[in-house]
Amino acid sequence: MKSIRAMKTLKKSILYLILIIMAAIMILPFLWMLSSSVKLDREVFNMNPFVWIPKKPRWQNYADIWTKVPFFKFVQNTVFLTIVVTCLQILTSSFAAYAFAKLDFKYKNKLFFAYIATIAMPWQVYMVPQFLMMRSFGLNDRLLAIICLQAFSAFGVFLMRQFYLSIPDSLCEAARIDGMTEYGIYAKIMLPLSKPAIATLTIFTFVSTWNDYLGPLIYLKSQEKKTIQLGLKMFINQYSSEYGLIMAGSVMSLIPVIVVFLSLQKYFVEGIASTGIKG
Amino acid sequence: MSAGSTDSLQKSRKRRNLKKNLIAYSFIAPNFIGFAVFTLVPITFAFMLAFLEWDGNNPVKFVGLENFKALVKDKFFIASLKNTIIYSIGTVPLTLATSLALAVILNQQIKGRAFFRTLGFFPYVASLVAVTSVWTMVFHSSKGPVNAILYYVFKVPKEKLPNWFTGSLALVMLILFSVWRFMGYYMVMFLAGLQTIPRELYEAGTIDGANTWQRFRYITLPGLKPTTFLVSVMLTINCFKIYDIAVMLAGGSTNTLSVSSMVLVYYIYQNAFNFWKLGYSSAVAMVLFVLVLTVTLIQFKGQSRYANE
Repeated sequence: MKSIRAMKTLKKSILYLILIIMAAIMILPFLWMLSSSVKLDREVFNMNPFVWIPKKPRWQNYADIWTKVPFFKFVQNTVFLTIVVTCLQILTSSFAAYAFAKLDFKYKNKLFFAYIATIAMPWQVYMVPQFLMMRSFGLNDRLLAIICLQAFSAFGVFLMRQFYLSIPDSLCEAARIDGMTEYGIYAKIMLPLSKPAIATLTIFTFVSTWNDYLGPLIYLKSQEKKTIQLGLKMFINQYSSEYGLIMAGSVMSLIPVIVVFLSLQKYFVEGIASTGIKG
Repeated sequence: MSAGSTDSLQKSRKRRNLKKNLIAYSFIAPNFIGFAVFTLVPITFAFMLAFLEWDGNNPVKFVGLENFKALVKDKFFIASLKNTIIYSIGTVPLTLATSLALAVILNQQIKGRAFFRTLGFFPYVASLVAVTSVWTMVFHSSKGPVNAILYYVFKVPKEKLPNWFTGSLALVMLILFSVWRFMGYYMVMFLAGLQTIPRELYEAGTIDGANTWQRFRYITLPGLKPTTFLVSVMLTINCFKIYDIAVMLAGGSTNTLSVSSMVLVYYIYQNAFNFWKLGYSSAVAMVLFVLVLTVTLIQFKGQSRYANE
């Protein structure tokens, strides 16, 4: 009996050991980031001895990023893009998903097929013709281009439709008999019920728009149009020796994402999990 | 019933149907118009572009299959295709193994499960520019802590310290970075898959005297087959699309990749926006499309198989 218990404790300890090592691998780069963000450049790579928290933390780095590059402008652009794209995405895709899930109409399957058919089509395949088209619309170097690019994804329509399908039709029928219009049913019944799906879509759209790099890289050329990601990259290229500043900028860029992520984490996990089961 | 009343009945039904359709279309229109203009139109355009020669300004020239013929002889294209495939072959199994291991561990009664799960997401939600710049610092060839450890602890001579992001090591670093970034994400899919395996199976296994490994091998793994399949497909497709990771880790300050780390999307980008060889770039994009399409078709086939099980 004793040996079985000993075995169990040993097994548990091994599990914890693996977990702690994994956790360290996950978290160490972030600790390094935090630590370097309050260091002088010559302190960053000082290995002998290496200190996590310098004796005199250099908070000045966090002030400098706003003055050395127009970081505030980058933040403004990114916040604007992220909010507009997320709102448009949720509004238009929940609207369309309602029709696909709860209404009968001509060409319904054909239209939905158009959405499905684009799953196997990575954006990278058509990003060049898309750019040429946008350029001919005069959208080159305009924030509007990024909005057009991100706001109408097939993914959002799918996700919302999947959720609406799980809401019983009888609910809509009853409302129709009571004389409610379809718009009323959408706004007063479906939308309030679909909070979890909206939260999932919000966090996915928020994170991907906030962190997007290739889209802004193609479209946003002038300094005052750039996003945080492009700005950070600019930092790296321009001040490739000023690691403290780069890390301070990185920490700033992470804060909003971490806040949104921590507050909506549950829905993020459910969103990934549901793609795993339903496929 | 007279002919006239049927007529008006039909008319009113038609009108009702029309109204029904119009209401439905009004729901779809805001999204579909955006989707059609900004996605469907460029996709059609992409297919045509691959058979053209165009620099964006001068008249368009139809060249048939010339772009594709040139691809076969282009050593940069071959390199980018090869690197993309090697990167995928390295990343997919490693990510599968680590995320599965994490999921199995976190599925047990363990203190701080939620904490560890949250931690696993950090690399995934953090912005790529931020985390890649940490990696390039940590693995810096002359100043980074990793090489410092190699030098001070393992006594590797200075001239033999590795240049992590150049040459053949670059691909290895891209793979390691990707595993680090993605494992938390796919772990959640495995955790969801684990919940679908009935608890009784494990109880029966224990009664029959199966040890931990046997239970994993004969209950967990077969039960996770659909999830494993789906994760592999999603991962492979994501690997084919690699661009930013490669540019940020191996691109240096000029964002240029050498033959040893060049990937397909980079070559699409370079041909279009640096050389303005738009048709040629689209031909490379078609190769990417065929790769992704093949994997998607395999997925549809596999899914119908698992659905029947």
